[in-house]
Amino acid sequence: MNGLARERGRQAPYGRAVAAQANVSGANVKPDSGRAAGAKTAGDGRPIVELRDVHQAFGHLEVLKGITFSVPKGGVVCIIGPSGSGKSTLLRCINGLVPIRSGSIRVADFDVHELVTDREKIALRKEVSMVFQQYNLFPHRTALDNVMMAPIHVLNEPRDEVRERALALLAKVGLASKRDAYPGELSGGQQQRVAIARALAMRPEVMLFDEVTAALDPETVKEVLNTIRQLAREGMTCILVTHEMRFAREIADCVLFTDGGTIVESGPPAELFDRPQKERTRAFLSQIL
Amino acid sequence: MQPLWDWFRWLNETTGINLTIFYDAFDRGRFAHGFLLTVELSVVCIVLSLVIGIVGAWVQGSRYRIARTIVHWYIQAFRNTPPLVQLYFFYFGLGSLLRGVTGPLVTNVMWAIVSLSFFAGAFNVEIFRSGIEAVPRTTVEAAESLGFSRLQTYLRIVFPLAFRISLPALNNNLVNLVKTTTLAYAIAVPEMLYVSSQIWSDELNVPVMMNVLLVAYFLLVGILVVLMNRWERAIHVPGFGA
Repeated sequence: MNGLARERGRQAPYGRAVAAQANVSGANVKPDSGRAAGAKTAGDGRPIVELRDVHQAFGHLEVLKGITFSVPKGGVVCIIGPSGSGKSTLLRCINGLVPIRSGSIRVADFDVHELVTDREKIALRKEVSMVFQQYNLFPHRTALDNVMMAPIHVLNEPRDEVRERALALLAKVGLASKRDAYPGELSGGQQQRVAIARALAMRPEVMLFDEVTAALDPETVKEVLNTIRQLAREGMTCILVTHEMRFAREIADCVLFTDGGTIVESGPPAELFDRPQKERTRAFLSQIL
Repeated sequence: MQPLWDWFRWLNETTGINLTIFYDAFDRGRFAHGFLLTVELSVVCIVLSLVIGIVGAWVQGSRYRIARTIVHWYIQAFRNTPPLVQLYFFYFGLGSLLRGVTGPLVTNVMWAIVSLSFFAGAFNVEIFRSGIEAVPRTTVEAAESLGFSRLQTYLRIVFPLAFRISLPALNNNLVNLVKTTTLAYAIAVPEMLYVSSQIWSDELNVPVMMNVLLVAYFLLVGILVVLMNRWERAIHVPGFGA
């Protein structure tokens, strides 16, 4: 995974070196584990996301059969693979939306698999933001409100401050003029960019993207990908499930090819796309490239 | 107002349309009281039934099975029995049993309020539940992923959306509730129908009072419908729903 560590300068809007310490209290850090709050600092080499032998099943249907990978701070990992291979489930496990059967998931200072109560999960979700395929904006709130809601009600931050940040984020995704529009008045691509701004407003350590361009038409895909590209360049840790192979190749430090609940093959995009080692990977790539 | 009252007296003398509720001060007083009591019953029951509906729908999404079961059987009980029977049950059944405990403190008006609120509340739970179920699961997931607690998600995301979806059905039920307040007649609550029956017994102007009642309820419900429609428009979100 060494080639994966790409040092990027983290810019102010997303950096939260201080906040990371504040958030630890009351969360899932075992006091006896010796994992002090300050242990996680940028550049200490420890991966910010670490999955070990993760298993997950819905009833008898095994969806994840032993997933192991890690992402360093600032790393960009793309997960590709056929439908039903457990990609989306994997993302949902990482922010605790879906509990896992066995194995371990660690994000920043949280042992995700051990989070039980709502409060613990909420603490985790301040670190990990997710963007969905269907945007999932709150349709009864304006674009600006959508971005402001979580920082105000979850982080309990002062409204004026949040508003300023939200406006900056909307400007960043190119939608400053749409701040008073309701989601129903925005195009798919615009909604998805608002959703990205909404996720960023939480100042997360890690961003999860779940097939965020799958519901968009080809023209608007570009505007969303540009936004993600910019984020990645600024040093945001990103995990993307995507079918945009060209984008994955360009942006990822590491690509995971999953099928049937396992990681079939992983590596830097140039290697995985150009010299896939496994037959299954070759078959998949030949279908779509 | 005297000339107006005199005109109604003249109307009676010339045409036989005997509207004592206008020219007779005593009838005017009791009809006005009946009208106001109907309005009061309606407003109080609407508010209480809404509270029952909102809380009930919230509990139905609870992780505790016992809580869900209680709400389920509450709905079954009140949906599957006639409101008049419920009213009798509360007033003559439960009311009599509890009289030793409560004394005469719980009046027939209160029992009517309790009974009608539970009756309409049962339907409101179902109406809100269907609204809640219409909120996409993925929207709830998005709120969760942003760190909203279960209560916050319900109050800030699910309910505001569910409410908008539910409003047309809610409209119907509340209109029904206003009309059902007439059943309180059966336990001698002096609402508009009850006082009207007293008036027509005294004045022997049955056909006239029937028309009066029809018009009065038409206006009363009409006002409610206009208000609800305005509300519906006021909270309409561009691009959401119809």
